[in-house]
Amino acid sequence: MEPNEPTNGGAALIRALELEGVEVIFGLPGGAILPVYDPIIESSIRHVLVRHEQGAGHMAEGYAHVTGKPGVCMVTSGPAATNVVTPLADAYLDSVPMVCITGQVPYAAIGTDAFQECDTTGITMSITKHNYLVSDARDIPRIVREAFHIATTGRPGPVLIDVPKDIVDPTNPRSALDWYWPTDEEVIAGLPGYRPTTKGHPRKIKEAAEMILAAERPVIYAGGGILKARAAEALKELAELTGIHVVTTLMARGAFPDDHELCLGMPGMHGNYTAVMSFQETDLLITLGARFDDRVTGKLDEFASKAKVIHADIDPAELGKNRAPDVPIVGDARLVIEEIVSAIRSLLESGRTQADTSAWKQTISGWQEKHPLHYDQHVPGERLKPQFVLETLRDNTPSDTIVCSGVGQHQMWTSQYWHFNHPYTWVNSGGLGTMGFSVPAAIGAKAAFPDRMVWAIDGDGCFQMTAQELVTATVEKIPVKIAILNNSYLGMVRQWQEMFYDERYSEVFLSQDVPDYKMWAESMGCAGFRVDSPEEVLPTIQKANEINDRPVVIDFRTDAAEKVFPMVASGKSNSEVMVHPSQVAGIGEF
Amino acid sequence: MPGVTSPSGGHNTNKAVRHHTLVVLVENQPGVLARVAGLFARRGFNIYSLAVAPTDDDERFSRITIVVDVESSPLEQITKQLFKLINVVKISELDPDDSVERELMIATVKADPSVRSQVIELVDVFKGSVIDVGFDELSIAVNGEPDKLDDVEELLRPYGIVELQRTGRVALPKLERTPPRLKSVQNRVAN
Ligand SMILES: Cc1ncc(C[n+]2csc(CCOP(=O)(O)OP(=O)(O)O)c2C)c(N)n1
Ligand SMILES: [Mg+2]
Repeated sequence: MEPNEPTNGGAALIRALELEGVEVIFGLPGGAILPVYDPIIESSIRHVLVRHEQGAGHMAEGYAHVTGKPGVCMVTSGPAATNVVTPLADAYLDSVPMVCITGQVPYAAIGTDAFQECDTTGITMSITKHNYLVSDARDIPRIVREAFHIATTGRPGPVLIDVPKDIVDPTNPRSALDWYWPTDEEVIAGLPGYRPTTKGHPRKIKEAAEMILAAERPVIYAGGGILKARAAEALKELAELTGIHVVTTLMARGAFPDDHELCLGMPGMHGNYTAVMSFQETDLLITLGARFDDRVTGKLDEFASKAKVIHADIDPAELGKNRAPDVPIVGDARLVIEEIVSAIRSLLESGRTQADTSAWKQTISGWQEKHPLHYDQHVPGERLKPQFVLETLRDNTPSDTIVCSGVGQHQMWTSQYWHFNHPYTWVNSGGLGTMGFSVPAAIGAKAAFPDRMVWAIDGDGCFQMTAQELVTATVEKIPVKIAILNNSYLGMVRQWQEMFYDERYSEVFLSQDVPDYKMWAESMGCAGFRVDSPEEVLPTIQKANEINDRPVVIDFRTDAAEKVFPMVASGKSNSEVMVHPSQVAGIGEF
Repeated sequence: MPGVTSPSGGHNTNKAVRHHTLVVLVENQPGVLARVAGLFARRGFNIYSLAVAPTDDDERFSRITIVVDVESSPLEQITKQLFKLINVVKISELDPDDSVERELMIATVKADPSVRSQVIELVDVFKGSVIDVGFDELSIAVNGEPDKLDDVEELLRPYGIVELQRTGRVALPKLERTPPRLKSVQNRVAN
C-alpha cells in the first residue's frame, strides 16, 4: 500500500498489523468483524482459529509472555467481546502487552441495543491500559500505531480497539481512507498525556547505591518487571557484583536462574521458608519491578518491618501504593539496575567498601538447610505425589522448556519444584489467578516458538475450563504437551476448607471417573495417557516427549490429600509461615 | 455514580474532611469523563464535586475540576492513577490556601409578596441576582466562594427552598503578589 493510495478501513487495519510486525492473530470471526477477516486471506499474518474467544486472549498472552512482543487477538462484537474480558483483565494485572481488536455494530447503530451490541469500551475501560472506539476510518493507521506503542512501552498492558462494521466494510463509503503510516514523532505528538519515564533519577540512583553498600542484611525482591524490561542480565550483574541474594516472585520465576547460588526462589503465601524469612529479617529490601502484592506481603504492617525499602518501578503509582519506599525510583528496570551497578562501581573505585554481610549469609544458609521444600514420599497403594511427577518431568525435559500453568495447587507446586534457569520459560496467571489459563497460553507460546518444548502443568479443574482449545492445537498443528495433576478436586479450595473450615468440604469434589481425560484427549486429536503408579511416570513422560506431530495429554492421578507447604494463611504475617508438618520442630529458631 | 458523594452525605461525615482540588487537563475525546469518573469508582476514591468545561484550546483539551475528600496520601495515589490515563495531560493540585475558588448556585425560593423584598435584599447582600420571578417564588443566582454559598443556602432555607443547584467549584492558583525579580532575590535569601 502506497502513501495516499485509496483504501478501506478493513484492508488498512490488516496492513497496519502487518507493518507492526504481527506474525500471528488468535481469533474467531463473526458478523461485525467480517470485513476485517476478508483481507486476512491475502495477508502474510497467520491466523489461528480458536474454539472460544477466551482461548484467543490467553493465546495472545502466552505469545507475549515468551516473546516480549505484543500478542494480538481479534474477535467479533457482543458475546465475543465479553468472552475476551477475562484475558484482558488477566493481561492488565500481569502487565502483558496485548492488542485486542473487537468488531462493533455500525457506528450509527451504537446505543440502539442492536443485535450483538455491547458497550465494549465501557466494559473494558478499567481492565485495559487504554481502549479506542474508532469513529472514522481515517483514524485506523494512527490508532493501530498508538495501540502498539501504548501496549509495549512504559508499564506494558492490553489495549483494545473496537471497530464499528461500517468503518471497515469496503462497500460502505464511511470505510474510505487514503493510506498513510504515521512516523514515531507523529505518534508521540498525538499522545500528549503519555510520556513514560524510563531513566531513574541520578540522585536517587546514588542514594540506592550507597544504601546497598551499607546494608548488612540486604535482599533483592525481583518482580515481573525484570522480565518485562528484559533486565535479567542486568539483575545478575547487580547480584554478582554485590553478592546479594535474589528472591524471584511468581511473576519473576526465571528472571534469575534457580541454579545460581544467590537465588532464593519464590516468596509469599506459598513461598519457600528462606525467601519468606529473608524478607522478614532483611534490613534493606531492594525492590525491582515488583509491587508489594498481598500474596507476597501477607499482613502488610508486619511485612519486612525491619527493612528500609528501595523501590524501582516504571509505574509511579506503584511507589507508595502499598509500602512507602525510602528511596523511590521511577524508571525502566533494566536502565535503573544498570545505573545502580555503575554507581556502585564508581563508589567502590573511590574507595568505599561494602558492609560485612557474612553473618546474614550464614543465617540464610541456615534457613535453607533447616527448611528445604519437602514432601512425604509415595506410599505403595496410594495415589501419586504431584511433586514427584513434577520432579520427574523437570529432570527429563530440556532446560529451555517453556512451562505454563493453571491456577491452584499445581501452579504453586510447579513454581516451587521446577528449576527455572532461563528467563521467559515460565508462563502463568499471577495477578488475576485465572483458571483455564494454561492450555491456551501454552498454545500461544508454542505458536511463537514451534521448535521449543512447551509443557502445560494443569489442574483437573482448570483443564475442564479451556480444554477445547486442544482442538485448535491439533488442527493448527501446534503440538503442546499437557500434564494434568488430577487430584479430582478443586484442590486449592479443598486445602483452605481442610485447614480453615474444619475439613468441611463444600463443592470442591469434581469426579474420580468423568471426564475420561485420555479419551477426551484422543477425541480432540491428541495422544492421551493415564498414569496411576510411580513406575509409569518416567516412561510415559519419555513417550510424550517423543511425540511431535500432535498434542499430548497425560492424566496423572495424584493424591487429593496433598497440601501446598509452606503456607502463610491469608491476612497473617509472613512470620507465621506454616512449614511442612515434618519440619515444625525447627520453626522460630534462627 | 458510585464514586460520588453528595456534599452533605457519603462517608466520613462525622469527621471534618479536608478537600483537595485537582485541576485535570484532558484531551477532548469521547468517553474521557467516563474514564476519569470510572477510575475514582474503581479505586474507591470519592468525588465531592466535579466540573467540566472546554479550555481556551477547546478543540483539543478540556479541564475537569475535581474536589476530593481525602487525606494527603491517598491523594497522591489518586493523582498518580489519574495520570496513568492516556488522555490525561496535566494535573495540578490546588491547596485551598493557595487558590481562588468559585462556584455558582441557582435556587428557586418560596417568596410570596410579603417576604419577596426580604429575599431580594438578602440576594443583594451576597451580590447575587434575581433571574426569574413567579407568583409566589423567586429564582436567584449567586456566585462566590463555596463557603459563602453555604451561608446563602442557610439564610434562604427559612423561606423555603423549592429547588437548588450548585455547579461544583472551579479554581485557579493564586497569583504572585511580588514582581518576579524580587521573588528570585527572596528565593536566594531563603536558600
Ligand atoms: C476462573 C476461576 N474460578 C475460580 C477460581 C478459584 N480457584 C482458585 S484455585 C481453584 C481450584 C483449581 O482446581 P484445579 O484446577 O483442579 O487445581 P488444583 O488446585 O487441584 O491443583 C479454584 C476454584 C479461580 N482462581 N479462577
Ligand atoms: Mg485439582
